[in-house]
Amino acid sequence: MTQAFDAPAQQTLLETRAQMALELARRLGADACEVGASVDQGVGVSVREGEVETVELSRDQGIAVTVHVGKRKGSASSTDAGEASIRAVVEKAIAIARHTGEDPASGLADAELMARELPDLDVHHPWALTTEQAIELALACESAGRRRPGILSSDGASLSTGEGVRVYANSHDFLGSQRGSRHSLSCMLIAEDENGMQRDYDYTSARHPRDLLAPERVGENAAERTLRRLGASRPATGRLPVLFDPALAGGLIGSLMGAIAGGALYRQASFLCDRLGDGLFPEWFSLQERPMERGAMASSPFDGDGVQTRDNVFIENGRLASYMLSAYSARRLGMQTTANAGGARNLRLTAPLESRDELLARMGRGVLITELMGQGVNPVTGDYSRGAAGFWVEDGRIQHPVEEFTIAGNLEAMFKGLAGVGSDTDTRGSIHTGSWLIDEMTVAGS
Amino acid sequence: MTESRSSMLDEAASYLLTPGGLTLDDLDLGLGHALGPGVDYADLYFQRSWHEGWVLEDGEVKEGSYNIDGGVGVRSLAGEKTGFAYSNQITADALAETGRTASGIVRSGASLAVAPRVVVQGASRYGGVDPLTGLSAEEKIALLKEADRVARAADPAVSQVSASLSGVHEVVLVRASDGTLAADIRPLVRFNVSVIVVRNGRRERGSAGGGGRYPMARLRDEGVAERFAKEAVRQALVNLEAIDAPAGQLPVVLAPGWPGILLHEAVGHGLEGDFNRKGSSAFAGRMGQRVAAKGVTVVDDATLVDRRGSMTIDDEGTPGQYTPLIEDGILTGYMQDKLNARLMGMAPTGNARRESFAHLPMPRMTNTVMLAGQDDPADILKSVKRGLYAVSFGGGQVDITSGKFVFSASEAYLVEDGRITAPVKGATLIGNGPEAMGRVSMIGHDMELDTGIGVCGKEGQGVPVGVGQPTLKLDELTVGGTAS
Repeated sequence: MTQAFDAPAQQTLLETRAQMALELARRLGADACEVGASVDQGVGVSVREGEVETVELSRDQGIAVTVHVGKRKGSASSTDAGEASIRAVVEKAIAIARHTGEDPASGLADAELMARELPDLDVHHPWALTTEQAIELALACESAGRRRPGILSSDGASLSTGEGVRVYANSHDFLGSQRGSRHSLSCMLIAEDENGMQRDYDYTSARHPRDLLAPERVGENAAERTLRRLGASRPATGRLPVLFDPALAGGLIGSLMGAIAGGALYRQASFLCDRLGDGLFPEWFSLQERPMERGAMASSPFDGDGVQTRDNVFIENGRLASYMLSAYSARRLGMQTTANAGGARNLRLTAPLESRDELLARMGRGVLITELMGQGVNPVTGDYSRGAAGFWVEDGRIQHPVEEFTIAGNLEAMFKGLAGVGSDTDTRGSIHTGSWLIDEMTVAGS
Repeated sequence: MTESRSSMLDEAASYLLTPGGLTLDDLDLGLGHALGPGVDYADLYFQRSWHEGWVLEDGEVKEGSYNIDGGVGVRSLAGEKTGFAYSNQITADALAETGRTASGIVRSGASLAVAPRVVVQGASRYGGVDPLTGLSAEEKIALLKEADRVARAADPAVSQVSASLSGVHEVVLVRASDGTLAADIRPLVRFNVSVIVVRNGRRERGSAGGGGRYPMARLRDEGVAERFAKEAVRQALVNLEAIDAPAGQLPVVLAPGWPGILLHEAVGHGLEGDFNRKGSSAFAGRMGQRVAAKGVTVVDDATLVDRRGSMTIDDEGTPGQYTPLIEDGILTGYMQDKLNARLMGMAPTGNARRESFAHLPMPRMTNTVMLAGQDDPADILKSVKRGLYAVSFGGGQVDITSGKFVFSASEAYLVEDGRITAPVKGATLIGNGPEAMGRVSMIGHDMELDTGIGVCGKEGQGVPVGVGQPTLKLDELTVGGTAS
């Protein structure tokens, strides 16, 4: 379909450029320097109503340089990684560092923390797919969904496949690089009844093409998800238990991670400041990070500071066991880095798992949430209020769809009130979890 | 105007084409590659942007950054099909390669010729300036330190202050097979202050900011550091006193200005051409019908001078326009790019926008505004027995198919017996676009534009937008608080 992506050659090229930038920064007077460089290439196709809609070839590259002059810092970046451009970027970063103020916490992570074990984590599995094959798969996906009686039209099916290389290097003589791939297929469908139109979607995403769901399954799931929304009403306002679909439960873990991230903590912009060791969840719940898991979505042997990643335990038997820190945020807090510059990599939880039916039975009467809308999470206070859609549950069974209501509470109370975790684990992203049953929230509807 | 436009073209060409050894004449050849057999329209979009940002924390400007981005995006259209490729390099070879890739969307059909170039002359909506050069680095840092000083002096409860200053100098040039040749230089600056306040163990935040398409020096001249610092602290202190928000259906009064984000979500997205062509919008097929209460008039206005969402030309080279969408409650217009306008038999409205050369253009909003009505804002509040007065919002979202929208209040108050009483914690409001617009019962005479902070996301692409509206009363909306 286009010229092939020569990953090894790209990797060598980026490594050379990163070394060049480091050397240049040293010559121009930087005391320390770090460089990130990446290149990604991919193809995306989308079809709608049985016809090709877009074919898109993407190729993105960039280089970013941060220099430290004494305790001052400057950063610059460019999407042009030619030699002249690298020189301009380094010079600009140094010029900025002449104006910024001193920051005692500034600087690279300690040299002895640099990653020494850099194993291949099995995350690079390019897909040799022609544009025509990509279109066929997207068409197969869409038509499986459109075949379902009741589906009015399609908002399209898209397939994208891409691979890339990223390099991080710093003046501790650290250089880490990694190749990776990502493939995904999604489908969105529309159904209609006398109350209006509804749409929903499904997707599959993986490092290796063989781990993707079959296209027909994605289309059928999208149809199922769309059709079951028809005939939705608004639930009555009240305090009720709430069951979060796995993808949405992952979002609650995301909110937790945002609140224990070093940047939020040293800015005092978190409801979990100074809470290390406190019981936040029920005792049966633990949350770990597995950055070296082979083939997983966010695997990496080094973090954004070049520090060797390791298995972290953030929640241990319900207690907040660790914050999530980079070298910089750790210094700001007087602590040690947890090798989380750039975020958490592959979060996995430990809890007694129950089937969806068991959770519904235990909930009795409440709402199952399958979609959330809006950004109503306040990380400073933990206050939570979001638009939602899902299903009304009575006698432990799904009764009918509900929409146009909000669910509200406070994250701390919601974490404490975690009453069960489903075995229906969603493994598409870097956070793996099943459904979450929260004992009580305010549902505002009619 | 003609003269200034052609000098704009020359300036854009000197930034975008000259470094790669290209001239305006070479673009016809480049377009030829993208206009392969069966392709009925093709365009080249050249862009280069320089972004500068400074961040203050703990009283010091500890971070400064500079980013250079640029390249060319090549698009080939054949009926409803789009082929797209882009390159960081702006050279003859890159144009040939990306053009052949984009035109590969179809393999057969008539080969069209590139139309002779016609320079598109949009009336200038902002100065074609480099906004980064007006202030020295020292002056930029002094501005941030002033915000820090003012915020900390405003109240002893202030424990953290962060302030940021950013500016973008963007140069674009469009050449399309329909003859279009257009260029634009787009400045964009922004100043932001956010604070954390702590009192009696309770912690809250507040933020304020703004900017537009003008030089950074104007931020200093207009005293934004002091204004936004005081505003951020005021909002945070209000939130320290906030009680739980009510839950259920209530009348809601929206303050003028930024709460126009409701309009953006509830109405604006549903009136974008692509969703209506595909029939996926709740507003599809409703042209000429009543979609809002009488008195509601909504326009998308790219022509406002110096505003964040303003466009001299859009990203397809169509001049920015004043586009009525809803007039006295009746749906009268959609926002269009060339592709969707052609497929719907309508005219482009100058709403084609893209995040960068590496993204496809789509119909997008510019500055979306509800025009002023007749009511006194004080009378509007007086008419509410028990309800919510929403002054500021975080973000919003819409499902354009079902029409459901949400947005989150970052500053709101209870209204009891016509008077503003206690501040309430950030609550989410949820409604249905067409339904909510039918429930507008009072419209103030105090139309205000926002301060210049909006970023709109659609299909993963972010673009700067503006909103505006007068004080507005909605008879009923669902408020998602925790109090009964």
